[in-house]
Amino acid sequence: MIHSLFINPFIKLIDSLGATALFLFDAVIATKNVRHLFSKIFNQVFVIGAQSIFVILLIGLFTGLVLGLQAFYAMSMFEAQGMLGSLISLTLIREMGPVLTAIMVAARAGSAMTAEIGVMRISDQVDALEVMDIHPIGYMVSPRLWAALISFPLLTAIFNIIGLIGGYLSACVLLGLNAGRYMSGIESSVMLSDVTGCFLKSLVFAVIVILICCYQGYFVHTRRDSKGPVAVGNATTSAVVTSCVLILIADYVLSSFLL
Amino acid sequence: MIKKQSAVGIFVLIGLVCVGYLTIKLGKMEVFGSSSYTVEAQFSSVSGLRNGANVEISGVQVGRVSAIDLDPETFLAKISMKINNNIVLSDDTMASIKTSGLIGDKFVELTPGGSDELLADGSVISDTEPPVDLIALISKYVFGSI
Repeated sequence: MIHSLFINPFIKLIDSLGATALFLFDAVIATKNVRHLFSKIFNQVFVIGAQSIFVILLIGLFTGLVLGLQAFYAMSMFEAQGMLGSLISLTLIREMGPVLTAIMVAARAGSAMTAEIGVMRISDQVDALEVMDIHPIGYMVSPRLWAALISFPLLTAIFNIIGLIGGYLSACVLLGLNAGRYMSGIESSVMLSDVTGCFLKSLVFAVIVILICCYQGYFVHTRRDSKGPVAVGNATTSAVVTSCVLILIADYVLSSFLL
Repeated sequence: MIKKQSAVGIFVLIGLVCVGYLTIKLGKMEVFGSSSYTVEAQFSSVSGLRNGANVEISGVQVGRVSAIDLDPETFLAKISMKINNNIVLSDDTMASIKTSGLIGDKFVELTPGGSDELLADGSVISDTEPPVDLIALISKYVFGSI
């Protein structure tokens, strides 16, 4: 009874943790044997980065707009609207930018990744790759990992800038804050350590998203809860949910290190 | 339909421009070496002063605070300031820590003196003034021992 309730799930957790770590290790090691590595990375930068620009612009703009709106009313209670630029820029650069970008990319590109690799697995295409002496992890996962490490910081930077523009639009254009106060607040409060912390976070999130999404797709045939196409659907769901949860947990841990 | 190459090119270009703006303009990264020299000053308190705070003369920014340390022998706070090369300071310059507004950021205000001797790279400003302790001032006023 106790054995099946507590010990077995614990052993399973340890197993899957180890398998995930080995998966990441494999993906890094397998990079050196991938043929046409750069064109594969290029294709993935297109999927993960270039195709995500529009949604990142949209999310970033409205995040900045609502931050400007809410913070303006909260600050005007203390007549401290001059702090608005500092508040918006630090919120965006330290937290919102990396986290929201990672969550959006996990939902957009990560889910597609899990489904694609999952379908390849259940239609035995992964075995076919092995038969042809092509390392399946090197073929499918490594290019995505490097492409994500390139794309995530760039997307985060775009998100931050468009968020600052959104904050400017709602606070200065709509609510009439002095544009000079907004800009000087941004420039005086943001330090280089904030920016490097932002990019460090986005790199960690890139590894988390790619690792979880590819792992769920790659091992879709070992799922206990379902088989075949249903398993691909379940794997996609749990990939997105797990990545989002892990992103937020990692964000807390990284923030406490960086502050 | 845009070609894949152009789409990735546009993405990387916009991304790099944003990264550049964040690191160089907002993060104040020094790209082209240092066109500045370092001056040190000792204060009895630098409470509230942050690394990277402005150094101003007559309200115009002329440099940044680059390091804040404690002198282990005198237990005084020792700050290093990077001053732009085109600003020439005499050795009787006074450094004081001020606050912008009532609750704003702390910054270092330099008041130039009239001496002919100039401050060289690495020299120490001896004439300093710590920040005004607003709470102590208010309590003095409230309890009447002014």
